[in-house]
Amino acid sequence: MRITGAEAVVQIFQHYGVDLIFGYPGGAILPLYDALRDSTIKHVLVRQEQNAAHAASGYARVTGRTGVCIATSGPGATNLITGIATAYMDSIPMVVITGQVPLSAIGRDFFQEVDIIGATFGLTKHNYWVKKATDIPRILAEAFHIASTGRPGPVLIDLPKDVACETIEYAGLPEVEIKSYQPTYQGHPKQVKRIVQAVKESARPVICAGGGVISSDAAEELRALAERCQIPVATTLMGIGAFPKDHPLSIGMLGFHGTVYSNLAVDNADLIFILGARAGDRAVRQIEEFGRKARVVHIDVDPAEIGKNVNVTVPIVGDLKTVLQDILKNVAPREDTGWLATIAAWKKEKARAYSQDGPLKPQYVLEQLSAVTTPDTIIATDVGQHQMWTGAYYCTKKPRTFLTSGGMGTMGYGLPAAIGAQLGKPETAVVLVTGDGSFQMNMPELATLVQEQLPVKIIVLNNNALGMVRELQMHFHDSRYYQVHMRGNPDFVKLADAYGIPAQRVSEKTAVRKILQTMMGTPGPMLIEFIVDVEENVVPPTRKSLHPFEGEIV
Amino acid sequence: MKYVVSVLVQNQPGVLARIAGLFSRRGFNIESLAVGMTDKSEVSRMTIAVDGDDHIIEQVTKQLNKLVDVIKVNVLTANESVQRELALFKVHVTASTRPEVMQMVDIFRAKIVDVTRNALVVELTGDDNKIKAMEDLLRQFGIKEMVRTGLIAIERGSKIMKSNKEE
Repeated sequence: MRITGAEAVVQIFQHYGVDLIFGYPGGAILPLYDALRDSTIKHVLVRQEQNAAHAASGYARVTGRTGVCIATSGPGATNLITGIATAYMDSIPMVVITGQVPLSAIGRDFFQEVDIIGATFGLTKHNYWVKKATDIPRILAEAFHIASTGRPGPVLIDLPKDVACETIEYAGLPEVEIKSYQPTYQGHPKQVKRIVQAVKESARPVICAGGGVISSDAAEELRALAERCQIPVATTLMGIGAFPKDHPLSIGMLGFHGTVYSNLAVDNADLIFILGARAGDRAVRQIEEFGRKARVVHIDVDPAEIGKNVNVTVPIVGDLKTVLQDILKNVAPREDTGWLATIAAWKKEKARAYSQDGPLKPQYVLEQLSAVTTPDTIIATDVGQHQMWTGAYYCTKKPRTFLTSGGMGTMGYGLPAAIGAQLGKPETAVVLVTGDGSFQMNMPELATLVQEQLPVKIIVLNNNALGMVRELQMHFHDSRYYQVHMRGNPDFVKLADAYGIPAQRVSEKTAVRKILQTMMGTPGPMLIEFIVDVEENVVPPTRKSLHPFEGEIV
Repeated sequence: MKYVVSVLVQNQPGVLARIAGLFSRRGFNIESLAVGMTDKSEVSRMTIAVDGDDHIIEQVTKQLNKLVDVIKVNVLTANESVQRELALFKVHVTASTRPEVMQMVDIFRAKIVDVTRNALVVELTGDDNKIKAMEDLLRQFGIKEMVRTGLIAIERGSKIMKSNKEE
């Protein structure tokens, strides 16, 4: 079959079952748009390229499939970068295609020419500069393979315009064979044995579950291990949803913004499982001290994560689901000997609390949101205080229902991610929880939401401030607040109205439950702006140290 | 401490930038880097001298292995490998100093590869110490220019570097 390079791209998309692409057209990518026009693939036109990547990421997170986004050369490509980096940090499978100026023009500072390959070396799992059209089928197939296997991540393909227009003989999907890329899936049996033994010998085990549990679809195995061996489970921010938060063995989120009791549990454990997590600086307090009383078992598909941040006693490289299944085949049920009672006491004593006095508290809104949603409801957050409160006060029960920018902390991620999620799961309710700061970063995507007629629900927790930055200034700069008050905020209700989205403003506690119920019962989109207390903090000012567990070592 | 890392890579465009970028991004310090084709035209071999501790070298190795184009990474120790570098010196000479320089070239088993009335180009192969020693000695005559290739290294014995990603 004689087809153009661009048509070959579309052919490979179809082979991989791509039904949805997020993008923004422009000169250099037009041959691909021309080829897409004649295909059955749906293209969603966003309002800025960054959001095409975030939307593809939201789609990938809820469906478990590889997200696809495209943009033109130059500014189209550079706008994508934040979205690509966000996906990279959170290990989201994504294929990104950027248009490029014609090969003959490259290197001459042509109109809209930018070196996106050089710019994204460190932000992609791999990237390709296509130099001849006959390479397109192989490169595309490799890109999908690399993006979705091993530790998932974004792969970028830079496609010069003339290459996309070249005609080639297309012989179908080529077989992928990359001899220098062979991820390890099977954990070493000897290490599995060591883990089984360690569980047997442990009196105070704890599991730290990360995003890897979700990306390898290992939530069921995690639960089986926790229940069989009576191991309490903490999650990282990326691991939220990997373990039901209302499960008796759940001890909530770990780390800086986590629960006091999960951190106490890790500090006092004699066996710590790190499952599909990088044990990053937000999750682990002092890296040198982590697990100083404990044996540390680290299971990850990426060998580079093991031992990067914390010292590990039993490292195991492999697919988490496969390794957990191997462990489950060998591990005997374990009786708890008082460790769970200790944790239960901490849970009671160190429970999260906030004052109900004064202006409306954001925490209250999120508790009420938990009460009116179902376990399937997908929550997307932006970045800041509201993100941490959602992590803490919203009760997430299932994997792939909590979307957040964990590693990059990209403000503006929420709305496009919610759009991608809703397109990926049209039948499921999707709620965006955002703040007035984050929301204004990518607010123009409201147009995309309307264009696609998506019933996404939007909660804006408005404190007219960059709350998290304000809080950092309070903790670290003697409350010398500067450039954190958002003067000039729009009227969010009128703004929604301008897009034809019904909206309401609420500032009374008594009205919260009812409006949330109304919102969830509304068939189309809806925006609720909650005017919340600007003085509210994620980490209380009274705490002696920013480490929620300082001086509480048992 | 100095480590020598041998890396087999797919001979793809941009692979050098990818690897150099990885080092700068992760804050690893490259002392020298030499690259060239191997007996297989699709495979290049890089020899990278890195300054760091055990932890850094472990991370260097793991991060390099993560790159799709990287086939194999080996850390070579001084004892178990042959390490060489080539240097070219352009030395100022006069009729009276020329014999002395030539004598030194002899002692170091170096070679004179270009001669003009007031300059010699000296080619020297050796390890870092040998090159430094030669440099020190030639300085008194006036080194006009010098260039080094960066270290290349190969493991002693019959063991060879091959992909462990293949099986």
